Parts: sequence; structure tokens; C-alpha cells
Amino acid sequence: MAPSLFDQLWLARNVILSGLGLTVSISLLAILAGSVLGVFVGLSLTYGNRWLRLVVRVYTDIIRGTPVLVLVLASYYVSSAVGVNLDPFSAGVLALAVFCSSHVGEIVRGGLQAIPKGQTEAAKAIGLTFGQTFAYVLWPQALRQFLPAWVNTAAEMVKASTLLSVIGVAELLLRTQEIISRNFMSLQFYFFAGALYFVVNYGIERFGKYVERKTAVPS
Amino acid sequence: MAKTLLEIAGLRKTYGTLEVLKGIDCQVHEGEVIAIIGSSGSGKTTLLRCINMLEDFQGGTISLDGEEIGYHVEGPTRRRKSEKDIARQRALTGMAFQQFNLFPHMTAAQNVMLGLVKVKRLPKDEAHAIAVKWLDRVGLGDRAGHYPGQLSGGQQQRVAIARAIAMNPRLMLFDEVTSALDPELVGEVLQVIKGLAADGMTMLLVTHEMRFAFEVASRVIFMNQGVICEDGNPREMFVAPKTERLAEFLKTSSFN
Repeated sequence: MAPSLFDQLWLARNVILSGLGLTVSISLLAILAGSVLGVFVGLSLTYGNRWLRLVVRVYTDIIRGTPVLVLVLASYYVSSAVGVNLDPFSAGVLALAVFCSSHVGEIVRGGLQAIPKGQTEAAKAIGLTFGQTFAYVLWPQALRQFLPAWVNTAAEMVKASTLLSVIGVAELLLRTQEIISRNFMSLQFYFFAGALYFVVNYGIERFGKYVERKTAVPS
Repeated sequence: MAKTLLEIAGLRKTYGTLEVLKGIDCQVHEGEVIAIIGSSGSGKTTLLRCINMLEDFQGGTISLDGEEIGYHVEGPTRRRKSEKDIARQRALTGMAFQQFNLFPHMTAAQNVMLGLVKVKRLPKDEAHAIAVKWLDRVGLGDRAGHYPGQLSGGQQQRVAIARAIAMNPRLMLFDEVTSALDPELVGEVLQVIKGLAADGMTMLLVTHEMRFAFEVASRVIFMNQGVICEDGNPREMFVAPKTERLAEFLKTSSFN
């Protein structure tokens, strides 16, 4: 009798869960680190002097023009070649965070530059310093503006985390492949993994919508 | 004669090779309401923006209450003051803009309170009381909790004026505050400005409303191509312009 899918799923439950756990931690770490770094990238692109802008612009353009898979491989193999021994997990998270930072940087820059100049002028006119203007006038408006794009990037990071399977990080995709190599139920298990990715990304999207609704300005 | 509040001497402003202000000399006394008129490109808005350092300027001095605005000048050298100093000086003048420029993510009351809390460091409840008082003054006491997007253009502009005036500035600058409004909303904003004039607030108004300038201003400055072309009381200037330029300008403007 052929083994039932449910028996196989039950048998593989711990492996799948550990894969899913790793996928979620990789994504979370990459999104967090990438966003923090990305805010600095965006601020440099918007307010930096000529030289800083140039350097950061080159950084974002190179990163954004490179396939994530290449970044992942480079992060793992180049780092070990130059004597920094990163384990696959750290190397992968680093690659994803760098990739994320270049996208978040562009999003932040776009959000800040979309704010009309009159906002800064009105803030100056009542005597706010640049720091205060940024904190109370510009940033809150930019946040609302770039939230949807940021949520999109977060979902992209979850998808990109699958690429870490090529350097041997046992995230959900690699775990799924392991299971399939044992039971040969490729259709069912790939489908199941796909469904799990969908659930994670759908959750991110719903969360984004929720925050958007909460922070919407009445008009 | 009232005390001199604002003194502008030899003010020059250039954008690259384009000279926008070519040596402005002007004194403003306390309580004066001055309408600045002139065709577009004459430099009137730029003059206003130099007074609160929204524009840097390249020559001359502007002093408010005897304090030089924006620059330390010692003989031939001039040095821009620190951002902190300039921010403090900007708080001494209030400004209302053509496009209102209210902060869209804050309610009317929060818009008015921001400067009071962050610049004047007033406690929140005190700032709120002042905000409500001024919103009341501009006829919007019942709109304190509304966001700019929920207000009409005229209401937004009145909130913007309340935001500026609540800081208790020495001088108010109005930059074409009715130009972006539908005609039927102009009156309510001009009414607010008239009220402030009656209170004795010193004001500079760049305006295209000639009738309003005529009615409210105690003095009119006519600018042309970066210089003050004529300066006097509205009755004389509007009825018997001394210069050809002004006569021509008045003919083409809406005032008749």
C-alpha cells in the first residue's frame, strides 16, 4: 500500500517545522538588519553631501543590479576566501540584509523626496531645527508613504531566503527537498512548501494593511 | 514715531548670475501693515523669504529689533550664523504661505501646538490652550480636531495663520496667502488678517489683492525688477502714482 500523504506529513512534521522556523528567522533578521541599514542608505542618498551620495549611490546600484543568488554565493565563498569564516547561515543573512538595504534605501529616499518642499519651509518658519523638522514633520509623512513598498520588500526577502538552500542552509526549501528525496512525493511536498510560503507572505501583507489602516490620516 | 522693528539695508540676492534683489533699503516700524505689490518676478516674495532666512542672501543686512538676521557681518566679512541661531531667529517672525503648508498628518490643534511645544518648550496642556484660543480667533474653534484634509482651503489657510501667530512673533509675513484660494474663500482669510492688523500686529503682505492692500495697509511698497520703486501711503500711491511703472502696473492689475 502506498504511504498516505498525511502519514508522510506527520512523519516529516519536525523537519518541516524546523525548516519553516529557520526561514522565518532568516527573513526576520534580514528584514530588520536590512531596514536599519537601508534607513541610513536612504538618509545618505537624500541628505548626504556630494561624496557620500556618490559612494552610497554606487553601492545601491551595484547591489540592486546583482542577482540575489550571486550575492548569496559571493557572501559565502568570497568571505571564506578572504579569511572571514562565516557559517552559511550568517553569510546568507548578510547577503539578504545587504540586498534588502539597497531596496529600503531607495524606498526611504523616494518617500522623503516626495514630500513637498513647503513642509520643510513651514517647519523652518516656526523655528524648528532640521532635526526636529525631520523627526516631527518629514519622517512621519515618509513612513506612511513608503509602508506599502516596504511590506513588498519584506515579502521579497522571504522568497529570496529560499536561495540560501544552495549554500546548505537547512531552511524550508532545502528541508522539503530532503523529505522528497526520501518519499519521492515531489508534487505534494513542493505544493505544501509553497502553501507555507504563501501563508507567511500573506501574513506580512495583512499586517502591512493593518498598520496602513491604523496610521492613515483622515481626509 | 513708533520704534523701528525691521531694518533692511542694501539687501542683495542672486541666483547664480541672476540678480533678484538689487539693493533693498527699507525700514518697518512697529504696528505698520505694509502691502508689497509688484508684477511677478519683481522680487517681492524673495524679499519676504530673505527676512526669515528661507533664502540665503549675498549682500546687505536685515535686522530685527536691532539683531542681525542670518549673518554675522564684520566689515567686509560675513558669516552665516549657526543653524540653531537661525532657527531661533525664524521663530521671531511668523509666516503664512500661498500653499498653506499645513502638516497633513496632524490635526489643526497639533499643527498650531508643534512650535509651541518643540520650540517654545511649553507644556502640552498650555500649548493646547493657546492653540484652541487662536483657532477660536480665526473662527475654527470647532475644527481643532480636524485634519487638514478635512478642511477647505480657506479653513486650512486660517489654521496656518493661527499656527504662525500662536508663536507670538514680532512680525508676520504673508506670502500671497489668498492666491491659491477659490474666490469665495478669500474673504474669510482677509477678515482674519484685518483682525490682526487691528490688534496692532506688524505685518508684511505680498499680495495681488489691490483693494485689500488699499483698505488694510498703512503703507504700500511697489517693487519692480528687484528694487523698491515706490514706497508710500496707499491713498497717494493708488490714486496718484509718482512713477510711470506703478501707473502701468495699477492699470493692468485688478484694482480700479
